[in-house]
Amino acid sequence: MKVTEKDVTYVAELANLELTPEERTGMVRDLNSILGYMDRLNEIDTSKIEPMAQVLDRYGVDESKQGSERFAYASREDVPEGLRKSLTQKEALDNAPDSDGTFFLVPKVIER
Amino acid sequence: MHSTSLTIDAARFAVQERKTTALALLEAHYERIQKEDGQIGAFLTLCKDRALEQADRIDRMAAEGKPLPPLGGVPVGIKDVMVTRGVRTTAGSKILDRYIPPYDCTAVARMEAAGAVVLGKMNCDEFAMGSSNENSAFHPVRNPRDLNRVPGGSSGGSAAAVAADMAVVTLGSDTGGSIRQPASFCGVVGLMPTYGRVSRYGLIAFASSLDHIGPLTKTVKDAAIVLRTIAGRDPMDSTSADVPVPDYVGELDKPVRGLKLGVAREYFGEGLDDEVRHAVESAIDKFKSLGCEIVPVSLPHTPYAIPTYYLIATAEASSNLARYDGVRYSYRAPGVKTLSEMYRRSRDEGFGAEVKRRIMLGTYALSAGYYDAYYLKAQKVRTLLTRDFDEAFCKVDAIVTPTSPTAAFRLGEKSNDPLAMYLADIYTVTADLAGIPGISIPCGQTKEKLPIGLQVLGKHFDESTILRVAHAYEQAA
Repeated sequence: MKVTEKDVTYVAELANLELTPEERTGMVRDLNSILGYMDRLNEIDTSKIEPMAQVLDRYGVDESKQGSERFAYASREDVPEGLRKSLTQKEALDNAPDSDGTFFLVPKVIER
Repeated sequence: MHSTSLTIDAARFAVQERKTTALALLEAHYERIQKEDGQIGAFLTLCKDRALEQADRIDRMAAEGKPLPPLGGVPVGIKDVMVTRGVRTTAGSKILDRYIPPYDCTAVARMEAAGAVVLGKMNCDEFAMGSSNENSAFHPVRNPRDLNRVPGGSSGGSAAAVAADMAVVTLGSDTGGSIRQPASFCGVVGLMPTYGRVSRYGLIAFASSLDHIGPLTKTVKDAAIVLRTIAGRDPMDSTSADVPVPDYVGELDKPVRGLKLGVAREYFGEGLDDEVRHAVESAIDKFKSLGCEIVPVSLPHTPYAIPTYYLIATAEASSNLARYDGVRYSYRAPGVKTLSEMYRRSRDEGFGAEVKRRIMLGTYALSAGYYDAYYLKAQKVRTLLTRDFDEAFCKVDAIVTPTSPTAAFRLGEKSNDPLAMYLADIYTVTADLAGIPGISIPCGQTKEKLPIGLQVLGKHFDESTILRVAHAYEQAA
């Protein structure tokens, strides 16, 4: 068993999930089963292999540049209301579970 | 004329020539949905007002004798992971069950600009996570060919609707096989284009480096027509490629004689059902008789595709799904007292079991101490899987494989074993990881009359060749 109940509690916290006691037990079982299968990746020597984050690394990039400049082909002018009109305040708030018409409302953040 | 068993061209010609109207077509489809969908469950939401408005626009064009656009009057369905302005979009999740998007997905907007009439939104696995459509928060979809079987997933509703003549065409999304596998299970055509070929703007994100939009159709030609409509650069998606869109339909009838088709033994190993193997081998013989050269190729890292895929996809998903916080547009648990309690309880109650499992797996793979061992390792193996295809495509024009190791399985058969469910994607995930296009077309059926799918994989941005190969098989079969 690699993943313990304690790991599950910690990861759930990172993921903003709580999980019931039954869910936690199931999660320990499932993560161990799945990660056990994933371990077969260790059969491959990847010490000299570059990681691949996305396919388009292979298209249009300027190999001589670093960082975001490699992807200059995909850049555009940053102009307000450039490609699409911003949502109106009403549209932005329409799907909110709770709002006062101006702001999203949430439970209080700081206890006192 | 049977108005619910039409292809795109047949429907458009009939409306153009005033043999029927877009309105009559849409009404015939809604009647069919009314009659059939109670037992299948392919639709989550119907958008009749929007459909009527569009049908009226098309009928006025036809009445004025104007030439109709390529999808003029064609009734279509949209997988519920693509946002539609003013029409509820759920991603198959309770956490979005009341979400009314304020904008349209680019692919949907392009379909409508080309004259398509959107009937409604298609059921799917929650956030497109699943291979059987049993993970929908609303209800499962049943396979129209056998109601005790799953339609595949995650675009199960999209595939079932086309198979049951409830839509001429649907759009689905494919992150690990979610267009091709359900197409195979339901006996329809499913095309996953090259990564970046179709804009993802307005596609609710599951795994951003793997998500693709594509069509499910009755014929290969229809898939070509839809791809031509939705493909091409979109300034709203910086990963949409600025690569010219060819005339896919015009290239369909080019001869396939002399094309080199690769066959990789890694796709015919343990776990492949005998009936599926025989059907695919007969298809390969058919290609020989059409003058194609069959060339053995090796894709040696294939056994590592599933672990690689499920690490990368879940890592990206854990990040993408962090946005569902109960503040701006998603479900909020009632009676919560503090902000952190609101986040946790809203997500606990809003997400289903498989989505939580994947968020946990992805968060674990990205967490301190495990990032190198899991996520980074998987990204490196992704490079190797992609190189396998690069090398194979130096020798061949396309690769033919089974789409899925088995025909459609029974509801409940794999739902308690997540790993067994993941292995249902064994022949499809590699194309998503490499970003290459793939199409599934029907190639016969099992003794129990369940459809079998043949997959054709191609080079980046070479959808023309796989469509041509698939079309040649479809015409010859």
